[in-house]
Amino acid sequence: MSDYNFAYLDEQTKRMIRRAILKGIAVPGYQVPFASREMPMPYGWGTGGVQVSAACLMPEDVLKVIDQGADDTTNAVSIRKFFEKTADIAVTEKTREATVIQTRHRIPEEPLTEGQILVYQVPIPEPLRFLEPRETETRKMHALEEYGLMHVKLYEDIAKHGHIATSYAYPVKVEGRYVMDPSPIPKFDNPKMEMAAIQLFGAGREQRIYAVPPYTKVVSLDFEDHPFEASKANHPCDLCGAEHTYLDEVIIDDEGGRMFVCSDTDYCAERQAMGHRGRLSPEAAE
Amino acid sequence: MPERQMSEQSLIGAFEAPPQDAARAFRAALEALARPGSIHEIKGGKAPAPVSEAAASLLLTLCDPETPLCLMGAHDTPAIRDWIAFQIGAPIVGPAKAMFALGTWAALQPVTAFPIGTAEYPDRSTTLIVEMERLSQDGMRLTGPGIETTASLTLPALEPFQMNAALFPLGLDFYFTSGTQIAGLPRSTTVSPETGAEMEAD
Repeated sequence: MSDYNFAYLDEQTKRMIRRAILKGIAVPGYQVPFASREMPMPYGWGTGGVQVSAACLMPEDVLKVIDQGADDTTNAVSIRKFFEKTADIAVTEKTREATVIQTRHRIPEEPLTEGQILVYQVPIPEPLRFLEPRETETRKMHALEEYGLMHVKLYEDIAKHGHIATSYAYPVKVEGRYVMDPSPIPKFDNPKMEMAAIQLFGAGREQRIYAVPPYTKVVSLDFEDHPFEASKANHPCDLCGAEHTYLDEVIIDDEGGRMFVCSDTDYCAERQAMGHRGRLSPEAAE
Repeated sequence: MPERQMSEQSLIGAFEAPPQDAARAFRAALEALARPGSIHEIKGGKAPAPVSEAAASLLLTLCDPETPLCLMGAHDTPAIRDWIAFQIGAPIVGPAKAMFALGTWAALQPVTAFPIGTAEYPDRSTTLIVEMERLSQDGMRLTGPGIETTASLTLPALEPFQMNAALFPLGLDFYFTSGTQIAGLPRSTTVSPETGAEMEAD
């Protein structure tokens, strides 16, 4: 056991964060201000998500951390180790075994269940921020439910590109009231946000927490003649052959060769273990 | 007020392992509020009577010197005030300034006296902890965020909760406590009378 308080944060800080989480649950999609603390990692590395996770973790929890779907990238590994050290907590890479999943920019492919909590790391929580830089104004716009500007932005996409070109951090309307930034997840993941698990969002630098309770209506903004489309690269995974997963494009040589692989490493590995094969699977692989 | 000694009772009843017990208690409170109608176990805190173990645990988990607390009716006793002063440190205030309030449903009336938040900061509203005789999943029909189809919960009234939900995104949030059990009712939940035919199994 370490010399840190359980899950690093002091108890008063955790109470403050817990109160913010509960108000977030009560008003789905509304950004609750909270007194974000300095964490032993730089802003942009998930300080918001880490604080929300720290406030949620129980000794019995099993934690999974993913960064763009992968369990083995620097951000995911370091946060997982952080909680192993400060909370003495069990960790896993299996989506199914986890009770708390902290994520950067993806929702796992495996459908989440009741009893699980998905914690998002959020860089810019305000969906209107790039349209209106003043916090006083965006706060008023949320209060008045004045979201016309967001539709203008999506319309400008159509006018310029012929379709809605926003491909990640695609704005959603939660339970018919608040427009919310789902964090920079690909829009492919947006439909998954109506799920059985609790979703919590933490933005450390911007000091906001928000939440989507289970089975809450989450609608991606669109137009009748340009309906929302959860798009992905039009390929099967080159390792497991999946045609229904979100894919990363990887450059594999200097001649422009490339491959597409599932961004969810756990899901892909499980499919391969079940015998699924893709175009570039090593023949000898188990 | 005359000088008097703090009772020894106020010195006991905290969590035995505060970080771990509070974490478990918070998760019960989170699940209760995120899934209205569900009933969860929450324990570890013991305050003087008539405060239930569930309510005491919730106070220990969420309240501290930064959260003005309103005690109503039989829950406003010197012994309970002492316990809160020693264990939690929350300032005791009237309804208009309360972030949290504790009492029976009758004692908390009129609930319209509590802040419901502002249009720009709907989070600045009171969370009411309503002590109940018992919690059970028959009674009012609940729909809304956190509920897949419908849920049900015995509520002490109907109309006040309907009026509260109509204020959304403003409004009060409720916890119901009894013994070691807790249930939640956020402002986002729509409450309607029981429809007789659809009896939920226990």
